[in-house]
Amino acid sequence: MEKMPKWADVILIPAISILLAAIISGLVLLATGKDPLNALAIMFDGAVGSSRAWGYTLYYATNFIFTGLAVAVAFHARMFNIGGEGQALLGGVGVAVACLYIPWPHWTLALLGAIVLSGIFGAFWAAIPAFLQAKRGSHIVITTIMFNFIAYSLINHLLVNVMKPAGVMEPATASFPEAAHLPNFHDILGLVGIDFAMDAPANIAFFVALLACWFLWALIWRTRIGYQIRQFGESESAARYAGVSPTKIIMISMILSGMFAGMMSINNVMGEAERLVLNSAEGAGFIGIAVALMGRNHPVGIVLAAILFGFLYQGGTQLSIQAQIPKEMVVVIQSLVILFTGALDHMVRSPVERIFLALRRKEA
Amino acid sequence: MSVTWGLNWPDQVNNTYWEYEMTLMTKFLGASAALALSAGAALADPAIIFDLGGKFDKSFNEAAFGGAQRWAEETGGSFAEFEITSDAQREQAIRQFAEAGNNPIVMAGFSWATPLETVAKDYPDLKFEIIDMVVDLPNVTSVVFNEHEGSYLVGMMAAMASESGTVGFIGGMDIPLIRKFACGYAQGVMAVNPDATVISNMTGTTPSAWNDPVKGSELTLAQISQGADVVYAAAGGTGVGVLQTAADQGILSIGVDSNQNYLHPGQVLTSMMKRVDNAVYEAFTAGADLAPGFNVMGVANGGVGYALDDNNASLVSAEMQAAVDQAAADISSGALMVHDYMSDETCDALSF
Repeated sequence: MEKMPKWADVILIPAISILLAAIISGLVLLATGKDPLNALAIMFDGAVGSSRAWGYTLYYATNFIFTGLAVAVAFHARMFNIGGEGQALLGGVGVAVACLYIPWPHWTLALLGAIVLSGIFGAFWAAIPAFLQAKRGSHIVITTIMFNFIAYSLINHLLVNVMKPAGVMEPATASFPEAAHLPNFHDILGLVGIDFAMDAPANIAFFVALLACWFLWALIWRTRIGYQIRQFGESESAARYAGVSPTKIIMISMILSGMFAGMMSINNVMGEAERLVLNSAEGAGFIGIAVALMGRNHPVGIVLAAILFGFLYQGGTQLSIQAQIPKEMVVVIQSLVILFTGALDHMVRSPVERIFLALRRKEA
Repeated sequence: MSVTWGLNWPDQVNNTYWEYEMTLMTKFLGASAALALSAGAALADPAIIFDLGGKFDKSFNEAAFGGAQRWAEETGGSFAEFEITSDAQREQAIRQFAEAGNNPIVMAGFSWATPLETVAKDYPDLKFEIIDMVVDLPNVTSVVFNEHEGSYLVGMMAAMASESGTVGFIGGMDIPLIRKFACGYAQGVMAVNPDATVISNMTGTTPSAWNDPVKGSELTLAQISQGADVVYAAAGGTGVGVLQTAADQGILSIGVDSNQNYLHPGQVLTSMMKRVDNAVYEAFTAGADLAPGFNVMGVANGGVGYALDDNNASLVSAEMQAAVDQAAADISSGALMVHDYMSDETCDALSF
């Protein structure tokens, strides 16, 4: 029998955790002489208070959904992919190649082309560590971290020596042609008569991310290979006994993982910047680890966690601009929320469970 | 309204917060009223936006902050500021300060060009200044620096101070801007001693390359082991480690952007001054009357140069100073042309 009803598990516990984080953040703000209630108001208004605010929150969330899915699919096979950052950066190269060197007639085709190329580039970057793990036993955590640094260096070389237009100071590619510009929420929601802010970066990639979530769910819980991935993750020896090839599972799960991470670039590189810059992933690959952990490696959880992180990013930015709070203080607030919702889950869970058990005993 | 909220807040916070409440109110009052209101509350406060790397990078951003602060201290005025943490925040930050009525809005760094081009058109009545890049719009002032000229001068000093004939360059990241520094430096070295060796290293390829004093220290040790006895750091916060290790090992170093001679008195040969602080200070002083256009800050107009003060006076001989001042005069008059790496992306004096 469950210790407590499902609604308490899904809603009550995260709510209490966030409340605790908010109280401690408030105390920190008070200690620095700021008004915590005002800060809270700014964060909420800045992250969800207007269509532009939503546009930014969902833009960040889209990045985190992709990288969260990347970490989750690998984790179902108990592969800890720390290389989402490098895979996302390589995906950016794939997007840039697709958009700059192929003359697309329409953005829909450009989007498909960019999805395919970014997926392939990201998958390739994950396949090498996966192969080393499967065939040579090199630990995936170590190799994927190293591949992040190789990706940084590779992109630095590509942007400075190969892809940068001549005579330009900034190490970035040229802007993508008009036909490769993705419609943002203003264009999409305008079709159904909703007036969305024009200058917010959320774009059609958000819906691609939701499709990717459905794909992950169907793959992991509705296909034979998904079953094998889970089986391998729960017990390698049992999977082996049942005739599952470890090499195949490691390769497939990591290639899918790299593909999801690489596809993040259709949001930030193609949808927002519309050109490839240095460090385009900006740490989203690492945030994906926290998103997947918080979302319990399930697509629905990942979407919710990604939106929470998007809220923290965008709310934190507004806090910094409007209340003139230094960015370090914003990081403190973000970290507190992550700490309470992710790492200190049991601190809240145990007492709540005890309360529910006590209530039930009284009923019985 | 703002009084009840803004108990301990400095002035500029009240102002931006006041604007914030305005935007809340406008939701109820409607668009036409909003226009009237924000016109009434129009702020002349200038704003500055720092690039990734943060305002305390001991270098470029900090120089910009220094200029803003000097203006605030001298005039008693206040300014709004923001440090971006993501590329996506560039347009957001410019737009928000523009909506709050901040004027002028100054941003330091070459990555601002694309977002500024988009936003500046939407606010024709406001003035913008971009440092290190050119944006050609009627309300934008572009300030670029001839870093190669200043680097040439300190390169000459390095070659004259070097006894081994080998000098070092430590850059932050292998990007065109840093190649421009390195190329000017190497030309200065070669001008004094055509047989000299210039060792060039870049710190890294991640954003932390601009703030990695430990790596800067390692690279300095590596260059010393190859015979370098003067090292020039153009690497933001990483340079602090370069200067420290050079001082510990008893060789000379050259600082960058701000005057860093004071960090190790008697052990820093000089600093290549890039007067970002002056650019910000002048923009803030001009306020809403900031003249649009394209300013090239070189040796001729004091935009770049070498630093001489009590801390390094003992290291700079009269002969050295005469030679460098002569070169500076020649650069100003056009008699001496320092090759700019960005002009054709090549450098004869140094290979990358």
